[in-house]
Amino acid sequence: MSKLKLATVWLDGCSGCHMSFLDMDERLIELAEFVDVVYSPLVDTKEFPDEVDIALVEGAVASVDDEKKIRKIRAHSKMLVAMGDCAVTGNVPSMRNPIGPEAILDRAFIENATAQPQIPCVVVPKLLNVVRPIHEFVKVDVFLPGCPPSAETFHTALTALVNGGPLDIAALTRFGA
Amino acid sequence: MSNGDDVKTLIIDDQEVSARRGQTILEVARENGINIPTLCHLEGLSSVGACRLCLVEIKGSNKLLPACIATVFESMEVSTDTERLRKHRRTILELLFAERNHICSVCVSNGHCELQTLAQEQGLTHIRLPYRNPNLPVDASHERFTVDHNRCILCTRCVRVCAEIEGAHVWDVMGRGINCMVITDLHEEWGSSTCTRCGKCVQVCPTGALFDKGKIGSEHPKYPDFLPYLNLMREAR
Amino acid sequence: MNIEELEQIAEGVRQENAQYDYEVNVCMDLACASQGADKLREALVQAAEASGKKVLIRRTGCMGPCSHGPLIRVDHADTLYRKVNAGHAESIVNSLGGEPVPELQCDLNEHFGSQVRVVLENAGYIDPEKIEDYIARDGYKALLTVLTEMTPAGVVHRITESKLRGRGGAGYPTGLKWGTVAKASGDMKYVVCNGDEGDPGAFMDRSVMEGDPHRVIEGMAIAGYAVGAKKGFIYVRAEYPVAVSRLTTALREARRRGLLGNDICGTPFSFDIEIRLGAGAFVCGEETALIASIEGKRGTPKPRPPYPAVSGLWSKPTLINNVETFANIAPIIRNGGKWFANMGSERSKGTKVFALTGRISNTGLIEVPLGIKLRKIIEVIGGGVPGGHTFKAVQTGGPSGGCIPAEMLDIGVSYDALMAAGSIMGSGGMIVMDDTSCMVNVARFFIEFCMTESCGKCIPCRAGTAQMYTLLTRICNGTATMDDLELLENLCSTVKEASLCGLGQTAPNPVLSTLKYFRNEYIEHIVNKRCPAGVCSMETPVEVLA
Repeated sequence: MSKLKLATVWLDGCSGCHMSFLDMDERLIELAEFVDVVYSPLVDTKEFPDEVDIALVEGAVASVDDEKKIRKIRAHSKMLVAMGDCAVTGNVPSMRNPIGPEAILDRAFIENATAQPQIPCVVVPKLLNVVRPIHEFVKVDVFLPGCPPSAETFHTALTALVNGGPLDIAALTRFGA
Repeated sequence: MSNGDDVKTLIIDDQEVSARRGQTILEVARENGINIPTLCHLEGLSSVGACRLCLVEIKGSNKLLPACIATVFESMEVSTDTERLRKHRRTILELLFAERNHICSVCVSNGHCELQTLAQEQGLTHIRLPYRNPNLPVDASHERFTVDHNRCILCTRCVRVCAEIEGAHVWDVMGRGINCMVITDLHEEWGSSTCTRCGKCVQVCPTGALFDKGKIGSEHPKYPDFLPYLNLMREAR
Repeated sequence: MNIEELEQIAEGVRQENAQYDYEVNVCMDLACASQGADKLREALVQAAEASGKKVLIRRTGCMGPCSHGPLIRVDHADTLYRKVNAGHAESIVNSLGGEPVPELQCDLNEHFGSQVRVVLENAGYIDPEKIEDYIARDGYKALLTVLTEMTPAGVVHRITESKLRGRGGAGYPTGLKWGTVAKASGDMKYVVCNGDEGDPGAFMDRSVMEGDPHRVIEGMAIAGYAVGAKKGFIYVRAEYPVAVSRLTTALREARRRGLLGNDICGTPFSFDIEIRLGAGAFVCGEETALIASIEGKRGTPKPRPPYPAVSGLWSKPTLINNVETFANIAPIIRNGGKWFANMGSERSKGTKVFALTGRISNTGLIEVPLGIKLRKIIEVIGGGVPGGHTFKAVQTGGPSGGCIPAEMLDIGVSYDALMAAGSIMGSGGMIVMDDTSCMVNVARFFIEFCMTESCGKCIPCRAGTAQMYTLLTRICNGTATMDDLELLENLCSTVKEASLCGLGQTAPNPVLSTLKYFRNEYIEHIVNKRCPAGVCSMETPVEVLA
């Protein structure tokens, strides 16, 4: 049996979900028998591959860049997993929603800047007005809430997804877990 | 039967149970270990039937009734966990999560929140509805407590405990519809209101909307169970 | 006061009127008044004085076809003049006794021909500020008959026999309600008149309260006798200042004549009425919220049971009926229950007042026997859709009702038929829409209304209507997906089944009925980003802020 192609993606989040993923420790080796990590902040690949079996996406959609990425990921993935509260609910990144992006940019790049206060217009992608969870942009197959989901949650969920077994997510984790 | 008409027998979820006349479906269900989800109801306070989570089906009627208010009658057949009820409960919980800014991960009540627990119990893994992201205030003017309207679900437990148990009626509801807000006095700051600082409202708040200053996260479980005992002792006097 | 004295007053009015050779009734209702009816009346008075003719110029309530106003009705031949202004006063006065003024005459025979006036029988014939005018048209005869000749049970029986159903919208049998309150035990009972008319496009109750206030008072007093109540409240919205002032005058006059107060008509029956003003909340038309509001509390509904008939105002048995229901009582007592039950369809008896508005030639108030074909109301009484446009739908029952499409115009207007069509009778608003109306936008309008008017107590209505509004806005500006439509339908079901009161339970009706009959319009908006009626602009930015 050929290995499943696994991608992990980091949108607007703190990378805590990736840390928790790595917390699976020795069970990662066990997982590696079934999957190849073909794309991830943890590996070198720069382009999202054409065909991915499982994509784990951490983070909310906060910028035009995130939006472009998530659409591409969806188009090239058989199964899309919203990994962690930011991807599932918007979570901490969405806390700026009530006040809008301008106030945030002002605070970061003007008020608190010690030199050359200015809002960046190149390289840094433009922020969306509202930070939203990924399922508001593309279809999501599996939701894995938690901030972050525990290593145990990852292990149980990934084992079930890889083997196609039953998976009761609400029994494993919840918002803010 | 010696009690005559005062004892009713009924069926809740295929289980035969008995009840006193005037008891609510919720009371009888809980006595018999049948769980019906609630948010606005709290033992010791009057029932308002506002959260609609405890709606149950009665055989022979198409209308759904709030178990916290509807009283039992002889031979009634109650279903508390049908597909129709589960669907409505999930939607109601989703409506609550999308209504205001419930960021569980950074909430003082994370891990002790009735809304969060219910969501997990009802199998909610995400909110299908668009988040409304309202811009709501936090009033930290009180020396001991804070109200964070981002977390409020308008269950009005604080309003009722303040009026009915403490007798102060500091809390009430202002505005209409989606713009409703709990307020202290006539929308004055909590710190300069007529609050008696008893803290009952904080203990009965099901979410992280009302909390003790200086306590966060796992340190802030709430203890609303004092109410029935308090009422009992008052009646005994 | 007794029947003989009542007859003397009526005779006095007749003698006074006999001094005049001619009568001119000027409609002073809101629509006519806003187009200069007051100036017209002054001009008529002056013209009459100048001509030397003895003309009685009377201010009256609504005559019906508001779109033709200002309206006046001249002498005993019932000639109706339309679009009259002060400049016409002289020619009108000159024509009295001769041929009518041709250019002012209107051909509304078809409009009036299909109507039957019971509730509106006095509107346009009496001065609402004169109790004598009302008495001269058999007013208060029913009350005195009841007090001197009938038992309370007999009154309830007659109302039951008439098969009158509540005119506030839900259509609960009035006799059954009266009987329940009559049987309820309690030292104190109340009668409440619901005049908190709030549906967009509805003004039946306002016209009755303004044009014939004594009819409501008489109905309430009879109800008080029947159920054993001594005290009544009329709950009127503060946005109806004229109704409040007319009712205040009417109550004062009725008390002065001994028709309200202690020992009415020399019997041991005492009854008085107070007015309570609403504070602008639509939800206070819901009976439990209305009760809370009268009690001085925040106007939010309570779960029923207990019903107000058992535990209402200050937890006492309370009879709550709508203005129009009370307005039907006196004629039923006078003419008998069978007379009333002879009108209408099988399960919906009597007549119903409707406020016809929107894209229709003759807007205004109409009163028709129930069971009448909707098509007759739209095409004959309403005069059809003007401007060469085609009829598309009619919204009955206000924000709680639904849109009925052209292909269903042949249903009879009754509680059951409208319910089967996905709408409700409601209080009587009928908003007509033509091919220039976008049905998605119409649904969005009504949901916005319900969202703004939700009291916020229960979650499905408070947050559900707001979410429905967001989703409908997405559809209207072309940013919605088919998933959004599925979400919308799911929300409709939860808001309908899980809301606490009638406002929430019926709020999805406009969406459900337009989805049922005009689903293709929703699909066009979502899939092809096109509004078939050309109403919705699809140019709004993609991001929809909730």
